[in-house]
Amino acid sequence: MEIFEYAPAPESRSIVSIRPSYDLFIDGDFVPAKSDERIVTVNPADEEPLSEVAAAGEADVDRAFAAARRAFERVWSPMPPAERGKYLFRIARIIQERSRELAVLESLDNGKPIKETRDIDLPLVAQHFFYYAGWADKLRHAGFGTRPLGVAAQVIPWNFPLLMLAWKVAPALATGNTVVLKPAETTPLTALVFAEICQEAGLPPGVVNIVTGAGDTGAAVVAHPGGDKVAFTGSTEVGRQIARAVAGTRKRLTLELGGKGANIVYDDAAIDQAVEGIVSGIFFNQGHVCCAGSRLLVQESIAEELLARLRARIELLRLGDPLDKNTDIGAINSAAQLARIRELAAAGEAEGATSWSPACPLPERGYWFRPTVFTGVTQAHRIAREEIFGPVLSVLTFRTPEEAVAKANNTPYGLSAGVWTEKGSLMLWTASRLRAGVVWSNTFNVFDPASPFGGYKESGYGREGGLLGLEAYLG
Amino acid sequence: MPDTIPGSLRAYLHGLPGVDEVGVQRRAAGLATRSIKTTAKREAIDLAIRMVDLTTLEGADTPGKVRALAAKAVRPDPADPTAPSVAALCVYPDMVATAAEALAGTGVGLASVATGFPSGRTSLEVKLSDTAAAVAAGATEIDMVIDRGAFLAGDYRKVFDEIVAVKEQCGDAHLKVILETGELATYDNVRRASWLALHAGADFIKTSTGKVSPAATLPVTLVMLEAVRDYRAATGRQAGVKPAGGIRTTKDAIRYLVLVKEIAGADWLDPAWFRLGASSLLNDLLMQRTKLDTGHYSGPDYYTID
Repeated sequence: MEIFEYAPAPESRSIVSIRPSYDLFIDGDFVPAKSDERIVTVNPADEEPLSEVAAAGEADVDRAFAAARRAFERVWSPMPPAERGKYLFRIARIIQERSRELAVLESLDNGKPIKETRDIDLPLVAQHFFYYAGWADKLRHAGFGTRPLGVAAQVIPWNFPLLMLAWKVAPALATGNTVVLKPAETTPLTALVFAEICQEAGLPPGVVNIVTGAGDTGAAVVAHPGGDKVAFTGSTEVGRQIARAVAGTRKRLTLELGGKGANIVYDDAAIDQAVEGIVSGIFFNQGHVCCAGSRLLVQESIAEELLARLRARIELLRLGDPLDKNTDIGAINSAAQLARIRELAAAGEAEGATSWSPACPLPERGYWFRPTVFTGVTQAHRIAREEIFGPVLSVLTFRTPEEAVAKANNTPYGLSAGVWTEKGSLMLWTASRLRAGVVWSNTFNVFDPASPFGGYKESGYGREGGLLGLEAYLG
Repeated sequence: MPDTIPGSLRAYLHGLPGVDEVGVQRRAAGLATRSIKTTAKREAIDLAIRMVDLTTLEGADTPGKVRALAAKAVRPDPADPTAPSVAALCVYPDMVATAAEALAGTGVGLASVATGFPSGRTSLEVKLSDTAAAVAAGATEIDMVIDRGAFLAGDYRKVFDEIVAVKEQCGDAHLKVILETGELATYDNVRRASWLALHAGADFIKTSTGKVSPAATLPVTLVMLEAVRDYRAATGRQAGVKPAGGIRTTKDAIRYLVLVKEIAGADWLDPAWFRLGASSLLNDLLMQRTKLDTGHYSGPDYYTID
């Protein structure tokens, strides 16, 4: 037996009570859907059903928009901004108080490690509400006008369910808009607990409405004529459909879509920290991150040494039970996503790249994929061009800074990039030439509510977070 | 034998990869969240006890206190003979003879600080005779301090040559080289000083004297563990690491063991390659050990104060 093997350290599930079934949250109450359709949400780590939720149909979406419109006109937009801020502060505090419960629930429904939901997702969720609560009565200083748009139709993804809800709901509410939000099909549960939190905070009915469902529900939310603004985070493919659906209407639109982020490591980088940044760039949240550093561009002169260190580091990653406090890599969110990752990884091998994974055992049940590194990748390979949205890293090399920038920008996406160098002038030279919404300097996948986030090119438009995040909700 | 370093020491040390301060602190903080429970905790506690260099370095030390600590080093928990002995007792040079007598035949090591501890502000002759006296009196391990003034002034050769000379003076005694990282200030300096000491022949690199704040920290120890790991990969020779100062609780000690496991690797999880320089830590380890075995805390009065 190995010396000092970590014993299982499971976080208790008992703090969470999941109801067998959830209704829609409309006008301040949980109400049965008019549609009979139900969706079962499973724990991706063991494929056990967790609960079932309603799949809202057009009539349900209609009710939600009517409630949101009433709340906007009668209560929320006329309310003094400082009062609106109080509700947001209250929500933020309740989220903090219930953070352990929400972290466990998020891990159960999404498959991500408790370490991340506890230390990253939930703290950021609360911070977002605190941050925008503070803006509520200071909008005249933001420089975008002070008038809300009306009802915001918001559709969010499954990779950071509650955090994406916070990114959408907090700025919308702070600016006086009301919300109809559709959580992702595979991860609706924390949004429904958030609905309970809205009740607990005494938020006026109709200000937040949550309609669960699959793609059809999302399409109905986006297309509903009662919306004044559409905010979507998800795949570029769906983003295109939404842009088409919204075109020609009065609705404002922000899209936060896919990415194929480049992580550029120069030969003078702090190599051990660069290795950490590569690991957190692609293996954070199982690679289910739109801004993941999925393409490693490493200077040829240090490639061999860096990859040796990277492989040794990846061997240490602990894959398994998301609720174990020492788990680094959790489960893939769904069977469909696992199939997509497998397909692209197989394409990588078929196109001639070399795949490497650590020898970690996979649990028997659930959706799992080993951390994978592809070397010998060229710009033409699918794994260098398409978003995999899984724990798969494509490694390319470069010789000069010009080549690094050219390769980094040679993608239809433009969401994120990382640069690793100890030389300040090279950092600035590189960062100023990268066409990406976020450029991380000697770090990766670090977020802050005060910092705006969003893409160039096919990664979308509009910014979320920070001062700029207010612009999307003010007229 | 010291290694030969091609070219100038300065060019060599400044050619080592840099350390990103924010990144290394993040990594250390991340590892500090590892949750060590049940069987792993029990194993870690005994391992940590076996790694303790039980230390008394006070002007007010007496032969009586040293003899008492020696007894404690050999049998830390008088109520429980299954509690293992610590790695070594660490004292000032004038207490070595007393300690040697008390520890004879026990297998517990005897470490002496030397070379003008803690500041190192004395001549090389004095440092060497300080070392020689401690070895002659029975020290099996010498904890020397580097000349931080020379290091910060960029006079790496002077620091290197002193370590080589002290190492020679040690004979069979193991040499731990104290970098006093609290005075080196940057992680880049910690990395350079680590490699300098390793090339000069250090058997161990040690963070601190305990007389300067900050003493041992997780990020500094992480950088030093990377140095011994990479030094072995480059030269084939394994050296140890000893954080010292400020490690007071079982929780702290376990965090260091996690660092050892995940940064240097399991090969270093042994008192031959990792030590914890501490005094009050031992009682907390014993208290937690008893708690795991019996299910309740017995309180500080059940453990000897020295």
